[in-house]
Amino acid sequence: MQQALNDNLNKIKFLTGNAESLVNINKIFAKEPFNDEIINFLNDLSQSLILNREAKNYSDVVTFAFWIRKSSSLKLKERFYDKNNLSLGKGVVFHVAPSNVPVNFAFSLASGLLTGNANIVKVPSKDFAQVNLIVEALNKVLSDERYKALKDYIYLIKYERDKEVNDLLTGLCDMRVIWGGDNTISEIRKSPLNAWAGEVTFADRYSIALINSNYYLNLDLNLKRKAAQDFYNDTFFSDQNACTSPRAVIWTGNKINEAKKEFWRLEHELVKNKYNFQDIQAVNKLTSFYILAADKLNVKLENGFEDNLIMRAEVKELELDLMNYKDNSGYFFEYEVKENILEIKNLLDNKKCQTLAYLSDDVQELKDLIMSGLKGVDRIVKFGKTMDFDLIWDGYNLFAALTRIISFD
Amino acid sequence: MLSFEEFLNLEQPYGLNKLEKNKLLTQRLLDLTRLHKDNCLEYARMLESVNFDFNKVNSYKDLPFLPVRLFKELNLKSVADENIFKTMTSSGTTGQAVSKIFLDKLTASNQQKALVKIVSSFTGSGRMPMIIIDCPSVIKNRLMFSARGAGILGFAIFGAKSIYALDDEMNLNLEAIREFLDKFRDKKILLFGFTFMIWQHFYKALKNNNLKLDLSNGILIHGGGWKKLLNEAVSPEEFNKRLEDVCGIKSVHNYYGMVEQTGSVYMECECGHLHASNFSDIIIRRAFDFKECAIGEKGIIQVLSSIPESYPGHSLLTEDEGILLGEDDCPCGRMGKYFKVLGRMQKAEIRGCSDTYAASFK
Repeated sequence: MQQALNDNLNKIKFLTGNAESLVNINKIFAKEPFNDEIINFLNDLSQSLILNREAKNYSDVVTFAFWIRKSSSLKLKERFYDKNNLSLGKGVVFHVAPSNVPVNFAFSLASGLLTGNANIVKVPSKDFAQVNLIVEALNKVLSDERYKALKDYIYLIKYERDKEVNDLLTGLCDMRVIWGGDNTISEIRKSPLNAWAGEVTFADRYSIALINSNYYLNLDLNLKRKAAQDFYNDTFFSDQNACTSPRAVIWTGNKINEAKKEFWRLEHELVKNKYNFQDIQAVNKLTSFYILAADKLNVKLENGFEDNLIMRAEVKELELDLMNYKDNSGYFFEYEVKENILEIKNLLDNKKCQTLAYLSDDVQELKDLIMSGLKGVDRIVKFGKTMDFDLIWDGYNLFAALTRIISFD
Repeated sequence: MLSFEEFLNLEQPYGLNKLEKNKLLTQRLLDLTRLHKDNCLEYARMLESVNFDFNKVNSYKDLPFLPVRLFKELNLKSVADENIFKTMTSSGTTGQAVSKIFLDKLTASNQQKALVKIVSSFTGSGRMPMIIIDCPSVIKNRLMFSARGAGILGFAIFGAKSIYALDDEMNLNLEAIREFLDKFRDKKILLFGFTFMIWQHFYKALKNNNLKLDLSNGILIHGGGWKKLLNEAVSPEEFNKRLEDVCGIKSVHNYYGMVEQTGSVYMECECGHLHASNFSDIIIRRAFDFKECAIGEKGIIQVLSSIPESYPGHSLLTEDEGILLGEDDCPCGRMGKYFKVLGRMQKAEIRGCSDTYAASFK
């Protein structure tokens, strides 16, 4: 038994914490959500990251640093914490971060800490500068005498795919949080949870964007440029391969042709200057396009540019299986709403549809669309906000999932 | 429609200069585009999706090209199922999708005829005693030809009497080879195999056991790519030299070809350059905009072949990178383009939370 345990612990690389204390993680007391110690700790970590010159090069690290500032934590506290309730963290949370989003692990950890839990976080095994920056800063703040007691609440680890290690860590936790995709979820689910334990899973999702052509054309050039930058952050920044990245652009209003031209012209300008284009992406996108064209009627390649940075497949109908044909790195389906926004229902009426990013002033139209009873769409956000993390994500309330309320009569 | 016979009737397989070739090939490839548009629904839809217009084609350079991976994802054919004579597949590793290429009798026969024309301009006409550097089991299942099996059967036509150099456990059959060489002592011997197989199971077996063979009178033709040999840091020059060390062979010709365009292979000449024959051509394209590269500029290799009538594979975008070295002016005297293959394009490093291995293939 002991030997097997040691063998498995030896497969784990600890970036924070160590094996001896990890096996005793169950003995740690849960904390009150949003307690001062945690809020101050995160605020110090935020400071340390904001002052770090290297961190400035990574907008995702900066975003994280802002998300854990004291003011931001207090806002979350106000939104989620009800002081009339007696509540505590669930205990131990085992987080499995996605392998190719560098900073997601940090948001997951911060969520676990803010809700009063001890945390085991599997960080991406790939070497990301962002991960190193955050881990280094975190260890530095953690070495401060004031936060000594928090050491037992944070384990940042790396290990290669291994069922036995998954078993071990799952056995230690009261809540498991798996940040997809689908294959990772089914892999980790082979390790059974304790009977009392719960799970939050973020499956593979897709997202879409909606632009009202009249609204867009009325923006001044600065705002149009901002829209281009926002859209870039929503898509190209993560190779258009995050679950939050729009794969399709839906156009509404009655000046679609004009708006399209302007929107894509400005987007293209930006992509040309900023995006790190990889040769094979051109071949991949052309392949995806032709597969779609072979299977569906009335598909058109809308390029308009002399290069392969942005490839757009115009579809005349939104069939239910359209997203089976999706690709990344600058590959978009485009659809023009002819009469009624409900025409796009097929694309949204699906558990896999996550975020609807909008550039429009017709909010009622969007509400009506959702309230028509769609199965999908868990977030509706403005352009540029698709990646903004919140304790409500993918339709889950993470605060509620990671805490428990003690009824006291 | 311009018949493939026109190409077969040309005396020299490397005789057409740039102008003549452009004229003949453009006509044939336009005809093939029309043929596939009329007979392959998927292909017709693809042409439609890019607003392809026959009237705007001045040269075969203006024709659309299909990425080769489409043949893994779709069943593309321009003949009725009952006319499919055989289906060739690429030799993908287990679990990967394989290309499916559907051949009718005419296309299969034209592939063979083109291959004979091309190869015999290097080996001379007439069959030769042939040593196949592979194992016999690779061609057992004749209904589903793998690229390796297809290559062997394609080249087997040049062999008068042939033996396999390896047994099914990939051991060198030294005794049989020696006996064979003894029997055809004064004859020119043809050797054929896949580059990596030759290196791994022929060269290394001889080298590691301090064995020598006398193949100074032989001609070796090999293909299949350098990918695995690059891992062992073996250059083409090194490959040739090391083989000469163990068996005295001087005439070694690599070729570039693929199961999606069997027949119209690109042979390496005496100067070490791969050549496009009359039957086919290559265009090196920039990934950034698919425009044609200049001589000496690295790009994606597009291959065009005048052969395929049973499937829409006459203009394909490969995932290989290459460099055009020149046209009509190789010191070896052959007309047409000559070029260099650099290997597979680098896989994409993609960010995002979707599982990467699931995302790369549907």
